[in-house]
Amino acid sequence: MSKMRIEVIDRRTFMIGAGTAAAALAGLGLPSLANATPEQAMDFIEKLTGGAKPAEGKVKIEMPEIAENGATVPTKVSADSPMTDQDYCKSISVISTKNPYPHICTFHFTPRSGKAWASIRVRMATTQDVYAVAQMSDGKWYITKTTVKVTIGGCGG
Amino acid sequence: MAKARVKVPKTAKAGDVITIKTLIKHKMESGNRKDKKTGKKIPRHIIDKFTAKYNGEVFFSSDWEGGVSANPYCAFTCKVDKSGDFEFVWHDEKGEEYKATAKITVG
Repeated sequence: MSKMRIEVIDRRTFMIGAGTAAAALAGLGLPSLANATPEQAMDFIEKLTGGAKPAEGKVKIEMPEIAENGATVPTKVSADSPMTDQDYCKSISVISTKNPYPHICTFHFTPRSGKAWASIRVRMATTQDVYAVAQMSDGKWYITKTTVKVTIGGCGG
Repeated sequence: MAKARVKVPKTAKAGDVITIKTLIKHKMESGNRKDKKTGKKIPRHIIDKFTAKYNGEVFFSSDWEGGVSANPYCAFTCKVDKSGDFEFVWHDEKGEEYKATAKITVG
């Protein structure tokens, strides 16, 4: 555990020493260029929902339990919704807790989508929890998470 | 440089929810990689927005960041009600746009 912290601190120190870019970025409230933390992922989710606490349920995320290649990890998200004009899932966001940036992608749906479902391939830097956060047309937010074990990291950092 | 491929069923019945698969050739350079020779970071260059239209109506879109894999694959669905055209647009941060189209006959 302490070995991990030293590595991260060294990277951060290096980045700050190398120029004002990292400090400026930090000032903007963007994640530092070192890998993100679960706390930064939570901050991102809080900004996404405008402070509303997402409930559990309705949204699903499917990723392999073990990803042999972190550069390309198949990911499916879906939400339980009738997808009618009156009641549909508006968006699902995929959020990492250990990649360089928490936000991986967001899918925007309409009733014309027919299903709140999308499939994509993402990069996983290391073993981590991944969150899916969905918003429905009534404004309510939902959250779920899955854990991916990564044998070869895929973010190139 | 970037080539896009899409897989859309050629026919469907009115009311069907069809699955569309898309793939585009793109490095999705996240900005985190270093050039092994110079040690400098390779600048970020990613596709940041994907949009899908059916008969002129945007029915699905997606915002991407560096965490999306290279050569992005993206699949999603559409509820079709009449024959017509699909248009898919990938927009990258440098302002380039890549497009693909498909037709569908809905009986």
